[in-house]
Amino acid sequence: MKKLRTSTRIIIAVASLAMISALYVPLWQILMWAPQYPEGLEMKIWIDNISGDVKIISALNHYIGMKHIEVSMFPEFGYMKYIVLTLMGIGLLTALIGRRIGLVLFAGLIVITGIAALVDFYLWGYDYGHNLDPTAPIVVPGMSYQPPLIGTKQLLNFTAFSGPDIGSWIFVVIGVTIFVVLGLEIFKYGKAKG
Amino acid sequence: MKNIINRIILSLGLLSMLYVIESCKPKGPAAVTTGDAASKVYVAPGQYDEFYNFVSGGFNGQMAVYGLPSGRLFRNIPVFSVNPESGYGYSEETKPMLNTSHGFIPWDDLHHPALSTTKGEHDGRWLFGNANNTPRVGRIDLTTFRTVEIIELPNSGGNHSSPFITENTEYVVAGTRFSVPMGDNRDVPISSYKENFKGSISFIKVNPETGRMNIEFQLRTPGFNYDLSRAGKGPSHGWFFFSCYNTEQAYTLLEVNASRNDKDFIMAVNWKKAEEYLAQGKGRKEKAQYAHNVYDERTHTATSTIMNEVTVLDVMEFPDIVYFIPCPKSPHGCDVDPSGEFIVGSGKLAAVMPVFSFGKIQTAIANKDYEGDFGGIPVIKYESALHGEVKKPGLGPLHTEFDANGNAYTSFFVSSEIVKWNVKTLEVLDRVPTYYSIGHLCVPGGPTAKPHGKYVIAYNKITKDRYLPTGPELTQSAQLYSIDGDKMQLLLDFPTIGEPHYAEALPASLIKDKSVKIYKIEENEHPFAAKGEKMARVERKGNEVHVYMTAIRSHLTPDNIEGVRVGDDVYFHVTNLEQDWDVPHGFAIKGATNAEILIMPGETQTLKYKPLKAGVIPFYCTDFCSALHQEMSGYLRVSPAGSNTPLKFSTGDTGGQK
Repeated sequence: MKKLRTSTRIIIAVASLAMISALYVPLWQILMWAPQYPEGLEMKIWIDNISGDVKIISALNHYIGMKHIEVSMFPEFGYMKYIVLTLMGIGLLTALIGRRIGLVLFAGLIVITGIAALVDFYLWGYDYGHNLDPTAPIVVPGMSYQPPLIGTKQLLNFTAFSGPDIGSWIFVVIGVTIFVVLGLEIFKYGKAKG
Repeated sequence: MKNIINRIILSLGLLSMLYVIESCKPKGPAAVTTGDAASKVYVAPGQYDEFYNFVSGGFNGQMAVYGLPSGRLFRNIPVFSVNPESGYGYSEETKPMLNTSHGFIPWDDLHHPALSTTKGEHDGRWLFGNANNTPRVGRIDLTTFRTVEIIELPNSGGNHSSPFITENTEYVVAGTRFSVPMGDNRDVPISSYKENFKGSISFIKVNPETGRMNIEFQLRTPGFNYDLSRAGKGPSHGWFFFSCYNTEQAYTLLEVNASRNDKDFIMAVNWKKAEEYLAQGKGRKEKAQYAHNVYDERTHTATSTIMNEVTVLDVMEFPDIVYFIPCPKSPHGCDVDPSGEFIVGSGKLAAVMPVFSFGKIQTAIANKDYEGDFGGIPVIKYESALHGEVKKPGLGPLHTEFDANGNAYTSFFVSSEIVKWNVKTLEVLDRVPTYYSIGHLCVPGGPTAKPHGKYVIAYNKITKDRYLPTGPELTQSAQLYSIDGDKMQLLLDFPTIGEPHYAEALPASLIKDKSVKIYKIEENEHPFAAKGEKMARVERKGNEVHVYMTAIRSHLTPDNIEGVRVGDDVYFHVTNLEQDWDVPHGFAIKGATNAEILIMPGETQTLKYKPLKAGVIPFYCTDFCSALHQEMSGYLRVSPAGSNTPLKFSTGDTGGQK
C-alpha cells in the first residue's frame, strides 16, 4: 500500500475541516431581475434552509402556477448536513490512515457528491418549473419555468441567474486541492519512490 | 409742392416721436434665466435630487415634499387636513389624529415646517409643522413621511410663531399670534383687550428618543401679537426671540391701528431662567383642555387623549425671564444667524433693517441699560442692543435665511426681490427680482448653525403671467436661485400645491437610506389584523360586523360576504399581506360616504361602511397593484333589516354555482 506524504495528509485534513464552513454559508444562489425589480430579488440556498426574498418570489410565481417555495418542500434539508459531515469524516480518516487508496476514495466521493447535488437540484428545478397548477391565472401554452441549472435564462419578464454561492465555491476549492495532491502523489512522488 | 414735402416731414417726425416714446416705456418683467441654468437643475431620469425640500402647504393643511434642484414633487403629506386619497382622517385608525378639544376638525392652515436639529444642525429625524387656525403642532416621522403626533395648544389663537425649535430639539416653541382672554372668564367685551387679553408662548418638550411631545409649560405674556420666532444657538442657546407687533394693543382695524407706533418689539426670552423657576415650583397649574393625539406604528392606530392641565409662568411676575428690544414698524421675521450672535428684525413697514447683537443685549441687561418698561417688563435701549442697520435694503422685508459664508438673504414682499447682504458689514451685495411678491425663502440649512447653502428658493404669493392661465385661481409657485457665485442666478420656476409659506431643505443623504419600505407583518399589533388568509373572517357583534380582510396580489379574502343587514355598521379591517416594497393595496366600496383606504405592505386600516339599501354591493382594490388588479374585487350581500340571511364568507368557493 502506498503511504501518503505528511504534507499531503495535512492538506487533506485542512481541506476536510474546511468543509465545516458549508454549514454556515449559503451554498447556492438564484437571482432574478425584472422591469419592476431593478434592485433584483435573491434566493439563497443553505444546507438546511432557504433565505432571501422567498415570499416575494412565491407571491409572484403563483400567477403562473408554480408551487409556494417552503423549506418542507426539500427533504434534502433534513440530511444534507450529515452527508457533508460524513464526507468530512472520511477526509479526516484518510489523513489519519495516510493511504493513497483512501485519498482516491475521498476524491471520488467528492466528485460523486457534487454531481449528485447538481442532479438533485436539476430534478427539483424541473418539477418546480414544469409541474404547474392548471388553474393558474396565467397559462402560456408550451411555456415552462425551470430555472437554469447554472447560468442565466429569460423567463417571461424575469431574467433569472442560478449559480454557486460561497459554500459551493469552497467545495470547488477543496475538490481541486484534493485532486492536485492526488495528482502529485501519483505522478510525482509516486514515481520517485518507485 | 412745398406743402406736400412739409406734410411728409411732419408725419415722419410724428412717427419717429411715437417710436421714441414707445421704446422709452419700461419693459415688463420678461427676465429669463441666463447661461446654463437648464443643466444646473436637470436631474436625469432615474437619478436622485440632492436635497429634500419640505414646503408647507398653507391653507391645504399639508406638507409637500419636493426634490432640489429639479423642483419635482414627490409626496404631499397630510398633517392637519383629511386626505380621501389615502384615507387619512377617514379611516378608523387615523380619525383620532384630527381630534381636538373642539371635536374632530378636518382642516387647518399649515405655515411653518421645522426640521429637528442636534447641536444646531439638521439631524433628519422629525419634521414639525403648525396648525395656524386651531392651534396645534404636528410631528412627521422622516422614516415613514407620516404624521405621527399632533398636540393641541390651549390659551392660543392663531398659532403663527410656531413651530420653532431649540438647538437640540429640547423644545418646540409655539407663540400665539392673536392674544385672547384666558382663565375662567373668557366671555368679556372685545374692547377690554388691554385688560383681559394675554399672549401665550408654549414650550413643548420633545422626548429625545421617541420624539414624543408634551407641553412642559406656557409663558403668559402681555397681550399683543407674537408673529415669528427663532431660538438662539451657540452663545445665545438658552434664549428665544420673538417678533411682536400691535404693541398698540388694537382690537379693530389693525391695518391702521396697529401701525401707529414707530417701534414694536423683539421679545427676548431666557428660557433657561424659566426652567429654573419651574424647578423651584414657581409654575402655576391651570385648567386647560387640549387634545394629544399619537399614532402608534405597531397597532397602526392613533389614540386621542384629552389633557386637562397646563403649567403657566406669568412673565409679569418673573421679569427676568423676558426683555423687550424696540424694533421698527411691526416686525415680521426675527431670524438668528448661524453663529447665534446676530438677530435680524424685519420691520415690514420700515426703511431700515436692524441687526441686533446678542452680546450687546447681554451687556445692556447687565447694565440695566433700559429706556423704560412695558407692563413691568424692561425695554432695552434700541442703540444698546443694536449691531447696526442695513440701509435702504428694499421695501417690505419679511424673512432672512443665511449661508455658511456670513451672508444673509432677505425676502422683500413689496419690492418683490431677494437681497443678499453681509451680516457683519451690513453691506448690500446683490439683489434679484422674484415673480412676484415673495413671502418666505429657504436656503438649505438656512436656519441652522451649519447652512448647506447652494440655493435660495423663493416662495411667491403671486404668479400672474408666469404659467399658463387656469381661470381665476392660479398655481402658486417657487423659484430656485443659485447662490454659489457672487451674483444670485435664477435657475427655475416650479409650481407648488397649496400656498407655500415657510420651507426647509436638507441633503437627501441625511434621510434617504432610513426610509421605511414596508411594515413587518409579524410586528403588526393591530387588534383587527388578519396576519394570513387563514385568519380572514367575518364576525358579528350585535349590529356591528367586523370583516377581517386580507389583501395580496391579486385577491381579497374573503371576497364573498353574505348575512349583512341594512342598518349594520360594517368595519372592513383590511390587512395588506404583501412584504414587498411599493405594493400598496386600496379598498373602496360602492356607496361609502367617507373615502377609500390605502394600505401599505404589512399594515392594517379600517373603513367603516353603513349599508342603507338591500342588494349586492361590489368592492375592489383601488391601487393598480398587479397584472390581475382588475380581478381584485368582491361582493357584499346586504339583506333587509331583520332578515335571516346567514352570515357567510368565502374566497374561491364556487360550490354554490349552478
